[in-house]
Amino acid sequence: MIKVRIPTPLRPLTRGQGEVEANGASVAEVIADLDSMHPGLKQRLYDERGELRRFVNIYVNEEDIRFLKGKETALKEGDEMSIVPAIAGGR
Amino acid sequence: MDFTDEQITRYSRHILLPEVGGKGQKKIAKSRILIVGAGGLGSPAALYLAAAGVGTIGIIDSDVVDLSNLQRQVIHHTRDLARSKVLSAKEKIQALNPDVTVVMHEDRLTSRNALELIRGYDLVLDGADNFPTKFLCNDACYFADKPLVHGAILRFEGRVTTIIPGKSACYRCVFKNPPPPGLVASCQEAGVLGVLAGIIGTIQATEALKLVLGVGRPLTDRLLDFDARRTAFREIKTKKNPNCPLCGEHPTITELFDHEPETCAAKS
Repeated sequence: MIKVRIPTPLRPLTRGQGEVEANGASVAEVIADLDSMHPGLKQRLYDERGELRRFVNIYVNEEDIRFLKGKETALKEGDEMSIVPAIAGGR
Repeated sequence: MDFTDEQITRYSRHILLPEVGGKGQKKIAKSRILIVGAGGLGSPAALYLAAAGVGTIGIIDSDVVDLSNLQRQVIHHTRDLARSKVLSAKEKIQALNPDVTVVMHEDRLTSRNALELIRGYDLVLDGADNFPTKFLCNDACYFADKPLVHGAILRFEGRVTTIIPGKSACYRCVFKNPPPPGLVASCQEAGVLGVLAGIIGTIQATEALKLVLGVGRPLTDRLLDFDARRTAFREIKTKKNPNCPLCGEHPTITELFDHEPETCAAKS
């Protein structure tokens, strides 16, 4: 099981949960598993070409996957994955 | 510049700090800080920076005070409804601390005015409420070589990071582009816990004062994320991105431009 932190803007898809669990040996597999439990999540994370959207970052154990192997970054039991989209707001 | 007896008393709790002292307080008194947005983040930041004795506080905002602002924009009072935010903020700052010079910029930050404006200050505190302005602040501070303290709030979540241009990760190193309109909700559509503005805005003010004083370790290469529901802070490591379109090895952004305004950030 991989613990996945869901950011505020995506919580409507996870019935308000800020942390969910999913299975998979890579970031892409975990996202696929998440989408099967919480339909629509994948579409919020990927663009039309199936690449991660440019304003969404994914961290594995607080390390940016762009500096690892991107979507193919391997995950193992107990790893933590965080989805971190940009937020604005301030006024 | 020498402090009067009254000023020594006013700033005594700062002067007592070995990290500040009279010397540090003089640095604060000589500092010039630009606050972008006199709103949720800008309000507490402006009040604390004013109380701290920042010499010059510039505030840029083109809005007037709306009733829905008062739940979190604590520099504005009920009697300020429909008045200019910049003017309302100036009055409160001067009532709090007449030592502070307030420069009012009743305008929106745009690619045309940003550089000239920012060059007149030592650092910028981003309290804007929309992505185009946040990216513009980032780009303008990079070109003007001024430190930027970024903040953002939404619902129960807030973020802060400090950017030293060319030295630490910039906002575009982390998020290359604003999301397309409608994909990420703004405060106006999604709501925000008012007090979150106070928490995040005062952390931004803390970062600004640390930079002025040259004290401690700035919040660079770290994105601080606060979740009010769990009362939990978390640090996300960020890194200068060699592929950053602004500060990377082969930049594609070589001058300021305005991102398309978001439909969801429309004026209330």
